[in-house]
Amino acid sequence: MAPLIELRDVSKHFGTVIALNGVSFAVRAGEVHCLLGDNGAGKSTLIKILSGVHAPTTGEIRLQDRPVQFASPRDALDHGIATVYQDLATVPLMSVARNFFAGREPVVGWGPFKRMDWPLIERVTREEMAHMGIDVRDPGQPVGTLSGGERQCLAIARAVYFGAKVLILDEPTSALGVHQAAVVLRLIVQARARGLGVIFITHNVHHAFPVADTITLLNRGRSLGTFAKDEIRRERVVEMMAGGRDLVDLEAELAALRRNGATLQ
Amino acid sequence: MAVSEESQQKRRDERVREIGFVHQVLRRPEFGAAAGCVLVLLFFALFAGDSGLFSARGTVNFLEVSAQLGILAVAVCLLMIGGEFDLSLGSMIAFAGVIIAIPSTVLGWPIWTCVLLAFAAAVIVGYVNGWLVVKTGLPSFIVTLATLFVLRGITLGLTRLITGRTQIPGIKELTEGDWLAPLFAGQFGGSVLVWLADQGLIDKRPDGLPTVQGIPVSILWWLGLTAVATWILLQTRFGNWIFTVGGDANAARNVGVPVAKVKIRLFIMSACAATLFAAIQVLSVGSADTSRGLQKEFEAIIAVVIGGTLLTGGYGSAIGAMFGALIFGVVQMGIFFTGIDTDWFKAFMGAMLLAAVLFNNYVRKKASEAR
Repeated sequence: MAPLIELRDVSKHFGTVIALNGVSFAVRAGEVHCLLGDNGAGKSTLIKILSGVHAPTTGEIRLQDRPVQFASPRDALDHGIATVYQDLATVPLMSVARNFFAGREPVVGWGPFKRMDWPLIERVTREEMAHMGIDVRDPGQPVGTLSGGERQCLAIARAVYFGAKVLILDEPTSALGVHQAAVVLRLIVQARARGLGVIFITHNVHHAFPVADTITLLNRGRSLGTFAKDEIRRERVVEMMAGGRDLVDLEAELAALRRNGATLQ
Repeated sequence: MAVSEESQQKRRDERVREIGFVHQVLRRPEFGAAAGCVLVLLFFALFAGDSGLFSARGTVNFLEVSAQLGILAVAVCLLMIGGEFDLSLGSMIAFAGVIIAIPSTVLGWPIWTCVLLAFAAAVIVGYVNGWLVVKTGLPSFIVTLATLFVLRGITLGLTRLITGRTQIPGIKELTEGDWLAPLFAGQFGGSVLVWLADQGLIDKRPDGLPTVQGIPVSILWWLGLTAVATWILLQTRFGNWIFTVGGDANAARNVGVPVAKVKIRLFIMSACAATLFAAIQVLSVGSADTSRGLQKEFEAIIAVVIGGTLLTGGYGSAIGAMFGALIFGVVQMGIFFTGIDTDWFKAFMGAMLLAAVLFNNYVRKKASEAR
């Protein structure tokens, strides 16, 4: 089966800065692909290329074995690539239902009397959120009254409803507490069970490991390799992400501090 | 433990539904303004009940003041929900007035062509405002502050260049027989008022006619535009886009809402409302003046904010703006009728604005708090 989305040797330069250098990986249907990397590893550049904000400088994106070029985020969305941004996905002061259909409101009626199809909107919102395991008491309640995990859920449910085949999640768990993060991880597993390809971007190894099928490690704009989850251990991943040496240096530094503290006392 | 927690959750949900109605009314953005309106009306009914404020004449007076401001407030309300300001509104009023007055008095153009010309100019001014805001990414506060001065300057310069003065009288005569003019300067309901007077419900003049012979058409514009804006906000796709764009422009862009198009359209609406205001004023007063519309942008913003719309955008109501304008009219005429020095009016409105902003902030905090 051809991968849903595939990156081949993708690079992105901003002037003299090489933000991404020859990154390749592929995501299949029903697969969770984790992109792990520390700050500055090139994760955000990669998301922007995948979601159609930037075009790659070199290399190509292929959808089901056909090369594509996204003209805009909307274009990527129309190709079934939906990106859920960490905090830019929903409008807190608007109702759950208004948020769910923002930008794609179903209408009924004719000419100047064209109006939003509120019964459909409210029914679909309630149903789709229920699919994700969240009981929306009132589709008219502001999104601001939802918890962080529920907001992510809304964004994901919306993407799935509007026919996303590939779901890109940008650090969906980083701002959340332990319980809420677990809710989002469960959503990721549910999306996979529905046959979506999920690209899960995070810097938290402990969130990546429970749900990942494959892992690609990024460091300073380069891919350190793609691994099946069972091929690699957590500790090794942490080490590679931090660049190995940094941690060794840190331990030496801490040891030195401890010694100095001892002599001060 | 888990079971009892769950049952508690369910009980709480049911209670939320039970108090639903009162809760929903309190949660409406226009609630504060409606309550304020009732308070203000009660206040003047108690202290100025016999001053003539609530006679037919007085009522039409304060409704007309409210209506003219309300026409501006409706458009400003949509714009502010969309997250932007238009400080050039007052200058646009003078500019549009002069565009109606100069071709009609100097060149002898029929009034209706001048009015259409003014609306065309409004579309251009609104488009330029919106385009500048969208393209430069600057706050609309700054961009429209610039157009405020540019427009006022052009208005003064052009008028003095062409007519040699800053006032253009003599438009009243030109409106007679014009097919479009009654739409802006007309009155309606004359026969109803005569009937009401015959029933003894409103006062009569010595000659037997009612004290008020017609209701200014601006009141119809006010109510009609408020209804249309409410329809747009609550029922249409464009309304949903306005809320999204004002609530979070980035999120709007990410879900595919055409942010630039929505904002430019809102600026055009605001300039058109200013032109409607100008047409009503110029055609019913019969003259244009380069200093018309001074500070109207602020009065409109005050009415809108009193009406429950957030200064930061993304939340508000056209019906609230209507009540805001009504409070404005009642207080302005009420102070006049009670014989209090009208200088106090501005102080009162300023205090009202502050109270409204504080109240709105509180409401917003409630709305975005996790339950």
